[in-house]
Amino acid sequence: MIKTFKRGGVHPHENKISQNAALEQLLPEGIVRIFISQHIGAPAECIVAKGDKVKVGQLIAKANGFVSVNVHSSVSGTVLGMEDVADYQGIKKPAICIQVEGDEWDENIDRSSEINRDLSKSAEEILAKITEAGLVGLGGATFPTHVKLAVPKGKTAKAIIINGAECEPYLTSDHRVMLEKGEELLIGVQLLKKTVNVDKAYIGIETNKQDAIDNLTKLSANYSGIEIVPLVPKYPQGGEKQLIKSITGLEVPDRALPIETGCIVSNICTTFAVYEAVQKNKPLFENSVTITGKNLKVQKNFIVRVGTPLSQLINAIGGFPENTGKVISGGPMMGRAISNLDAPTLKGSGAVLFITKDEAKRGVKSNCIRCSKCVAACPMGLQPFLLYKLAELNMLEDLKEHAVHACIECGCCLYTCPANLPLVDYIRLGKTRAMKLIVKPK
Amino acid sequence: MDKLIISPSPHVHGEFNTKRLMRDVIIALLPAMLVSFWFFGINAIVVVGVSVISCVVFEYLIQKYLLKTTPTISDLSAVVTGLILSFNLPPNLPVWLVVVGCFIAIGVGKMTFGGLGNNPFNPALVGRVFLLIARPVEMTTWALPSTFSLSFDATTGATPLAIIKEGLKNGQTIEQIKESADYTFNYLDTLFGHIGGSLGEVSALALLIGFVYLLVRKVITWHIPVTIFLSVIIFSGTLFLINPDRFIDPVFHLLTGGMILGAVYMATDYVTSPMTPKGMIIYGAGIGLLTIIIRTFGSYPEGMSFAILFFNALVPLINKYIKPKLFGEIK
Repeated sequence: MIKTFKRGGVHPHENKISQNAALEQLLPEGIVRIFISQHIGAPAECIVAKGDKVKVGQLIAKANGFVSVNVHSSVSGTVLGMEDVADYQGIKKPAICIQVEGDEWDENIDRSSEINRDLSKSAEEILAKITEAGLVGLGGATFPTHVKLAVPKGKTAKAIIINGAECEPYLTSDHRVMLEKGEELLIGVQLLKKTVNVDKAYIGIETNKQDAIDNLTKLSANYSGIEIVPLVPKYPQGGEKQLIKSITGLEVPDRALPIETGCIVSNICTTFAVYEAVQKNKPLFENSVTITGKNLKVQKNFIVRVGTPLSQLINAIGGFPENTGKVISGGPMMGRAISNLDAPTLKGSGAVLFITKDEAKRGVKSNCIRCSKCVAACPMGLQPFLLYKLAELNMLEDLKEHAVHACIECGCCLYTCPANLPLVDYIRLGKTRAMKLIVKPK
Repeated sequence: MDKLIISPSPHVHGEFNTKRLMRDVIIALLPAMLVSFWFFGINAIVVVGVSVISCVVFEYLIQKYLLKTTPTISDLSAVVTGLILSFNLPPNLPVWLVVVGCFIAIGVGKMTFGGLGNNPFNPALVGRVFLLIARPVEMTTWALPSTFSLSFDATTGATPLAIIKEGLKNGQTIEQIKESADYTFNYLDTLFGHIGGSLGEVSALALLIGFVYLLVRKVITWHIPVTIFLSVIIFSGTLFLINPDRFIDPVFHLLTGGMILGAVYMATDYVTSPMTPKGMIIYGAGIGLLTIIIRTFGSYPEGMSFAILFFNALVPLINKYIKPKLFGEIK
């Protein structure tokens, strides 16, 4: 049976035009710049100095505390030192700059293409490898994986859920990994199961990726306790709470973490990175990135080294495409607009999307006609039209009363609004204000 | 390279916009409009035309010269108001009354509250009820249907509901009324629209075709119309089972008067109906019940307009107390 969540959601045009482009390696040239903070939590601490020679996969910045991750060099070459580098949004952050010289890998990394099926490592060993490899959630939030896998005291994990929904339009990198790295992925799932001591794992995949469902179903016959769950193509099917609801029928209680339902959710690319970290000793220094858009001559799914300049990715698709209105890091529903096309890529960069001028334009805002389409579209059971109005009037107490904290900022309300009201924009603002997430710099 | 647009997510927008929704409502109303043209001829064409044009003109003038804002007539909402108001009028209504009705609908019903989206009551119904109370004679003189004619003269007569109401007042049973000479209708007539009544309400079938179109185009959801129908069937059915001589059967209630027009096109007006499915069900059930009470025990043969207006007034209350269930809510 094809599963889904009931409440809310929308189904934008899928536009998966890059789904047939096989993964391709893209090697950086010139200088790579690697941010020491590419994750949620404390920035890592730089341990290399100007003039040091580094190899691919060598540790260059050490995790600073529990909620922090290691950062590794994605290239071999000479360290040029620390610099403040503008990111996608043009905000300057410290990064380690390295001049690329050849492509010499750290000796500990197993570069053979042979699949390592050995599952004898203990949970502690696996977790240590994951921590060492600097893994973060590659679904977009970049939360440290080793923290996510540390089940809090008093809670027990019952199942691992792998998020293969890829419900965002345009994105196809998870799809390609499921097709091309199927078995590695399943081994990654087994490793995750072992780490949190559960017998059951589900891989939820939307039915618009039937080839991926077939491939993993076939392969999973050799691995116990992995169930492939076909899901209805619907946004935000891959939202953590929605995915748990679709697959298990359980709702994560309001204000609680997903572990309350006994589920730990991991992204496809993250799971593949777990395989590489544990079985191949390969830290997280490259990831799959979809480069797509209607106005592109070629559609690509690249494996990109962290820190590669965006401009190099753009050159690889034949230069900046004409008639581009907007460039987005991530999908069109939740991705962020990019203003700096020279910025280096991050661990969590899953896609670079070019939106044409026509698509990028927002319609002219008009009166709310109270059609209630936003209420019907909200997957969290909120009333976006009301929260919008309250946020506009800065009525913070009322916002709290109407559960603004539960908004996952999926954008379904704005997507569906016939009056083109900037619903989620204001709700996001109201949420940060009401929950005091905006703090004045000291 | 031009400058890039920077804005928060989402970066794509769905298919809906106000104009498209309004255009779909207009398309859904077309079958019923054509039926009225066929049965009521030139009279119907004049009433519909005058009503639509006056609503648009009044909205334009008020926005441009009184409120001094940019007119928004291109969103087609005034056209919808004009169409629905004309559907609620007798086909032989004097033209000046149509214009007055439009002025009340747009001027008082809509623009005084701040235009589209802010009116508490359905503007078309405000116009209609104003006319009904102010000019009851003209508003209840119904042209009887004939085949398409270009003549302004029409024979007039009563609607099925009015004949039954009158007969019941005189102490007749429904069986006797239906056998009397005045009563010439059968269920097929009500289905195709061969009965006296307001211009657009006569053909149940044409209105239901529009209903299906609105559902397919996702303009409205099933909640309000279906709960109104169910509530009418339950309440009128109960009365009918108690005493079939005194009370009209549910099918007759559904097919006559403004029942389908009201349930599908007026009660579902976005602005004046509740925001949540649960609220919509309460609202629909209430309208059905109140309509039957007015039709059965009140002095008017029709009750749909009053029931909808009454529940329009309760919508803010319904919205306040009926909230959608929060994801993962802890009781």
